[in-house]
Amino acid sequence: MEEKVKNITTDEQQEYVINMGPQHPSTHGVLRLVVSLKGEIVKSVQPHIGYIHRGIEKMCESITYPQIIHLTDRMDYLSAHINNEAVCLTVEKALEVEIPDRIKVIRTIMSELTRIQSHQLWWASFGMDLGGLTCFFYGLRDREKILDIFEETCGSRMIVSYNCPGGLMYDIHPNFQKRVKEFIKYFRKILPEYDQLLSGNVIFHERSKGIGKLTLEDAVSYGITGPSGRASGFSCDVRKHEPYSAYDKIKFKEILFTEGDTYHRYIARIDEMWESMNIIEQLIDNIPEGPYAVKMKPVIKLPEGEYYQRVETARGELGVFIISDGNKSPYRVKFRSPNFVNLSVLNHIAKGFKIADLVAIGGSLDLVIPDIDR
Amino acid sequence: MKKEEFGDNESLELLNESGSNILLTTIDDVINWGRKNSLWPLTFATSCCGIEMMAAGAPRHDFARFGMEVYRASPRQADVIVVAGTIVNKMAPVLKRLYDQMSEPKYVVAMGACAISGGPFFLNSYCVVKGVEHVIPVDVYVPGCPPRPEALLYGMLQLQRKIETETMKSRKKRNATHDSK
Repeated sequence: MEEKVKNITTDEQQEYVINMGPQHPSTHGVLRLVVSLKGEIVKSVQPHIGYIHRGIEKMCESITYPQIIHLTDRMDYLSAHINNEAVCLTVEKALEVEIPDRIKVIRTIMSELTRIQSHQLWWASFGMDLGGLTCFFYGLRDREKILDIFEETCGSRMIVSYNCPGGLMYDIHPNFQKRVKEFIKYFRKILPEYDQLLSGNVIFHERSKGIGKLTLEDAVSYGITGPSGRASGFSCDVRKHEPYSAYDKIKFKEILFTEGDTYHRYIARIDEMWESMNIIEQLIDNIPEGPYAVKMKPVIKLPEGEYYQRVETARGELGVFIISDGNKSPYRVKFRSPNFVNLSVLNHIAKGFKIADLVAIGGSLDLVIPDIDR
Repeated sequence: MKKEEFGDNESLELLNESGSNILLTTIDDVINWGRKNSLWPLTFATSCCGIEMMAAGAPRHDFARFGMEVYRASPRQADVIVVAGTIVNKMAPVLKRLYDQMSEPKYVVAMGACAISGGPFFLNSYCVVKGVEHVIPVDVYVPGCPPRPEALLYGMLQLQRKIETETMKSRKKRNATHDSK
């Protein structure tokens, strides 16, 4: 009898382990989370990755530089254009190619459009995670408008493959400026409505304020970048600190908050959409004349050495590190993907909150799984 | 889209027209009518194609017009699994389990180049499953990288047409041929 009593664990020792994913609608892909629970309280979260590991870095070693962009497209498919830009900038840096202003400006506009459509989709799925299905319909309805602009210019909706080393694949469509301006005008009107739908909702406030708090020290030591890091006060905008393309010519402010909870990660992304629209408006009317691509050698070979370039994707800092041995394909490519780093903090910030909050926290980090696994 | 405009997969219909008696075909017709008009897909997306699948369910393309009303999060409630994205070796057993968990009748749509053949990852990649038909039987292939939502809609309509021609016998035969592989 006594032994039996010993075996019954006390309430404090009890731990219940559940498995979230790989097929789970709120993990946004095939992320698997092993969650230890005490009652409803999360004790620890253990992410298991690799369910969509496609070996992109290894594949890059056997293909040429212009071919790499078609793989980076499929890495973080919501920031496809920005990923390509990172690779192209690295190659151009290595070859010391001077890029005309027209290309820089078009790249910047496209990057910001990509950022807006990415945040729109994030908003749609974040709202859906928290139980608001309306967000899904609103977000995707307006995202289609940007995809139309992409389609007209690049011929593709989402995976654009518009960049190539030395410039762009094709010139912009004659309608481009008109369509973008129409979109900005429309979206300026509709964005407050978006915002109000969630931030004007008391249930949303309850579920997001003070949830998943990330301090500045932790954000820096974990290396959390992008809107998630900036919501904690980590000034990490690569566009500001190490301007590339046309970002040095324009005025925009870095969105910074100090609270670092789910609510402020949300607000940071909404504010970024406003900033992106400001950036586009500064550039759209004065796209300089000139060629849309620099003439490159038919076979691009980088000189021997190591090259690194970082850009700001919709989720944070993407670094591309290329080691070249002088051949037409790289010796080694390494991508510092923002999502992989942002995932690492999930265990730290979700501890002590309810399991329903884990969904909100995961949503607010805006993870894209193929970018984690590559 | 009208039935006549599809043009292809007529052979399937011709095959099924011969060799079945009137009573069974009438029952089949009724059953198939019900099945084809309430195809509920599973929320299963591994990569980029998943976003286009979401777009197909969103206001502009609106899946729900054709009876693919709701995405179900549980395989036990779903009728069709749209394999949207790359399947890698680590994911393949999970996909197989998801398929096994679905209740009959179940259908598979391979969406995008990755699910059809491995797509851009066919060469040089050491861990990508080269076509989802190595794991589960596929009814309809939707090419593209990623396919447009319209393409997925067309694929789903093709699936509906395929269901229309199904008989109890052919259903059994389909499962048996894949199991023997």
